[in-house]
Amino acid sequence: MATTTPTRGVHGSRPSRRAPKPMSPGRQAWRSRLWRFDDKASPYAYIAPFFLVFGAFGLYPLVYTGWIALHRVEMTGLDQMEWVGFGNFSKILQEDEFWTAVSNTFVIGVISTVPQLMVALGLAHLLNYKLRASTFWRTVILTPYATSVASAALVFALVFRADGGLLNWVLGFFGAGETNWVNGHWTSNIAIAVIVIWRWTGYNTLIYLAAMQAVPSDLYEAASLDGASRWQQFRNVTIPALRPTILFTIVISTIGSMQLFGEPLLLEGGANGAQGGTENQYETLSIYLYNYGWNLGHLGPAAAVAWAMLVLLLLIAAINWLIGRFVRKTAA
Amino acid sequence: MRITRTVAGRSRRTLVMATTGLTATALLLTGCGDSESDSEGADANGKITLTVADFGQFGYKEAGLFEKYHELHPNITVKENVSADEKVYYPKFLQQLNTGSGLADVHGIEVGRAKELVDTKADAFADLSKVIDPGQWVTWKALQATTDEGKVIGAGTDIGPMSICYRRDLFEKAGLPTDRAEVAAKFAGGWEDYLKLGEEYKKKAPKGTYFMDSASAMYNGVVSSNEEQYYAKDGKAIYKESAGVKAGWNLAAEAADKKLTQGLAQFTDEWGAALRKGTIASVACPAWMAARISTDAGDAFKGKWDIARTPGQTAANWGGSFLAVPAKGKHVKEAGELVKWLTAPEQQAAVFAAAGLFPSNKGAYLLPAVKTAKLEYFNNAPIGEIYAEEAQVIPAAVLGPKDGVIKDTISTQINNMEQRGTSPEDAWDAATEAIDKVIG
Repeated sequence: MATTTPTRGVHGSRPSRRAPKPMSPGRQAWRSRLWRFDDKASPYAYIAPFFLVFGAFGLYPLVYTGWIALHRVEMTGLDQMEWVGFGNFSKILQEDEFWTAVSNTFVIGVISTVPQLMVALGLAHLLNYKLRASTFWRTVILTPYATSVASAALVFALVFRADGGLLNWVLGFFGAGETNWVNGHWTSNIAIAVIVIWRWTGYNTLIYLAAMQAVPSDLYEAASLDGASRWQQFRNVTIPALRPTILFTIVISTIGSMQLFGEPLLLEGGANGAQGGTENQYETLSIYLYNYGWNLGHLGPAAAVAWAMLVLLLLIAAINWLIGRFVRKTAA
Repeated sequence: MRITRTVAGRSRRTLVMATTGLTATALLLTGCGDSESDSEGADANGKITLTVADFGQFGYKEAGLFEKYHELHPNITVKENVSADEKVYYPKFLQQLNTGSGLADVHGIEVGRAKELVDTKADAFADLSKVIDPGQWVTWKALQATTDEGKVIGAGTDIGPMSICYRRDLFEKAGLPTDRAEVAAKFAGGWEDYLKLGEEYKKKAPKGTYFMDSASAMYNGVVSSNEEQYYAKDGKAIYKESAGVKAGWNLAAEAADKKLTQGLAQFTDEWGAALRKGTIASVACPAWMAARISTDAGDAFKGKWDIARTPGQTAANWGGSFLAVPAKGKHVKEAGELVKWLTAPEQQAAVFAAAGLFPSNKGAYLLPAVKTAKLEYFNNAPIGEIYAEEAQVIPAAVLGPKDGVIKDTISTQINNMEQRGTSPEDAWDAATEAIDKVIG
């Protein structure tokens, strides 16, 4: 009932004949204090879950990793920490392998991101036309993204195998000799880039497609009245309208390629995969970190690599931002 | 006033919701620490499942020992989780030891890791000397898993006396002798002779076949025949000046240079595939490797393989393993009993008969089943004789904490010399650089 359950509005129930008893002033003050507190505090309560989770699973590990990076810690004795200051950082910076990993990460990042986004843009443009069963095509485009890294990498490992691999077999018809894809520096990097492209192109296509659908159609109509061809429309209407989206996909892809781990780990698999190939020819920064921490059990340098990766990402983000600002300026 | 009432109501609701939200979040954050959902535990009838995590080949499945144990103890079922590659298994195992989660009741330990675990993780294991008498094992084997205080963290399963496994049919096609004794006589002078035989083989080798799988196997054979390998007795890493390492490395470099090997990293999928295809004519073969070969090569080559004594009578032990019981396990007592039973003479003899893994338990050597054991897969090679004689004279090797990783690193560089034609100098530099990083 309304009188006993204040949780329901008075309108929903029978109004009682007696007017409600006036509240005591003390109680009223308490009520309004509560009301003010509610007004101020409850928003914080609503957003608290995110910040608590982020604090526990984001911020704390970040800071603790930084703490570990300043110590000598072994996998075989996690409770023994020996202060070494920035020794771990100078150690990894002096290692050839670290720079190999940096260059591999960039090479794979570039040769996977650039073609991927170009192809995604083209595909999105095609899907943007009226065509039969468009939903079907859009779904198909996204299927590679839905497969797990592991299965994709395993299938491509079979494709790129040296003896009896699908690709060598096909190339054999064109008279090419056997290429040991995994062993070569460039060939292995290309192989990994292919897996990345295969998995992520569809994802970026859909993002571009969504942005394209938001471009007002009268722009295109006006352009075609002015006699612009399809290609000119694409270049002068679609691309400028998509600029923020393209920037977004570039940022996302950059972060993704910085953290590239599963594909190189599983391309060859086993112990070789865990060190990025027998000559570290396809070792990315994540693999380098993993090898240091998990195979060799030296957690200090591994944590230092993690922080080095963060710094690199921030650098790339800064460069991205500068380019973006430059582009906006010239556009204006 | 009505308004205030509803407002008060709303605010109360808000408070309730907010606190609920907070509580839920807090629960999430504590990671449900109390709910030890345990499917492995004993159920109402007192039935328990013990898990054994191991790698490569322990021979228990082949010998049907887990079924037998279940017959003897109807309330206990044993499940085995096998990893193909020990290099992948060990880091994961270390992590499980650190976090105390995901551990099996019984874990296999490879001898290359024994020292490290004895030095750093002895507390994480149950003391097996309380259950089993360490005097049962060959002395040097027992010491490998014993701490200075006398705590035994692992029970010896097998040891790896060396031999050469070879394909009779391929040897015949290449015009080499096929009889065990004659083949052994060919390399009676030591590993150098084994290489010479390889050159002979190569002259008339059947197309697409190779004398060895990888020189890294031979390298391990050479190093294992030394007492001092990678570490000195005082715990110092001496691999750069160790005579055994030098000799092994030079032989491997020669084999790579003369292209006597297929250059496959051992225990990878490609290596297994090559055995299945039958492109490998000989393998440096500790007892457990024979077991591995018969599994990987498959029935097509049954009886075509054979085993000859190790080159030059240099007794060597490569590898061998232990079974350990993590102290944090749920069934430490039952697991200890299982380990005791699995490593007892009769069971080791059964594993030997079924898979060729050579016993480390001295009691097993006296059993006729071991003395007269023959491996059918290997053309009935009298492995009992071949390995037992060698086992008695194996030098007690000095172990070091990073033996396993050092061995793997050098093997990788040997593969580089084979596959990519890396010069021995460059490969050695890369190896030392990587090893120094390992010892770090």
